[in-house]
Amino acid sequence: MTTTESRPSFVPDFGDEAEDRKIAFVCSKGTLDMAYPALIMASGALEQGVETHIFFTFWGMDMINKETMGELKFTPVGNTTATRQAHMPMLFTAFPGVASLATHQMKKTLDDLEIPDIPTFLSHLSDMGCHLWACKMSVDMFELSEEDMTDDLDGILNVGDFIELIDGAQTMFI
Amino acid sequence: MPTMAIDDREIHVDDEGFLTEYDEWDEDLASTLASAIGIDELTEDHWKVISFLRSDYKEKGETATLRRVATVGEIPTKQLFVLFPKKPARKMAYVAGLPKPAGCI
Repeated sequence: MTTTESRPSFVPDFGDEAEDRKIAFVCSKGTLDMAYPALIMASGALEQGVETHIFFTFWGMDMINKETMGELKFTPVGNTTATRQAHMPMLFTAFPGVASLATHQMKKTLDDLEIPDIPTFLSHLSDMGCHLWACKMSVDMFELSEEDMTDDLDGILNVGDFIELIDGAQTMFI
Repeated sequence: MPTMAIDDREIHVDDEGFLTEYDEWDEDLASTLASAIGIDELTEDHWKVISFLRSDYKEKGETATLRRVATVGEIPTKQLFVLFPKKPARKMAYVAGLPKPAGCI
């Protein structure tokens, strides 16, 4: 039996009164499959009105380097899920062409789900107010300059400044 | 589903307070819902968002995400954060009388 209960008037809790939350992601990987998790979670956080920072370091620099950000690859080498799904012995995953094929397949799946490519995703996040930071040490290590990196970048930070900036933030290292 | 009185009408809502019946919504109700969440006046830009959300929901059966409003509805994401501050995806869905978006991006 269904009953209809009339309630006193109320509105959804949009958390406007809640204390300001802050979240930070450290992106240290440059493969396609490791690039998306932080971006998708950052998007969710921004939609919830949470102040969001992403710090790119080490191989994660490929995500913001203009030359590489649109060309990230996925390799099934050492990936037990991918080899199971493709019914492929692990040994074959290192063969020439397998990474390109796997990358192509993953990009197609993401595209079918209307998930944007990495450069578009970063612009979308920036439009939502996300702060994007490049790691100073990685910039020096890979001999990059600001011109080499996406225009959506907020700036280059050393670790000390980043740690200070994310005081009180929930932080995830990917 | 519970109901509650808004503008002297009994409106069906879910446990969080989002409207559940597409046809119970009208423009007067939108103004009441908006002012209940601190948006005192619905401007032409607000209505553009609301109309897109309503028609897209009718067609697709789910509430558009921010990105869809930007790419298909051609309303810049930055503007959505100005029109519906802090949590635009949920706030605009609420005012448009739709469920909150289910998609992640």
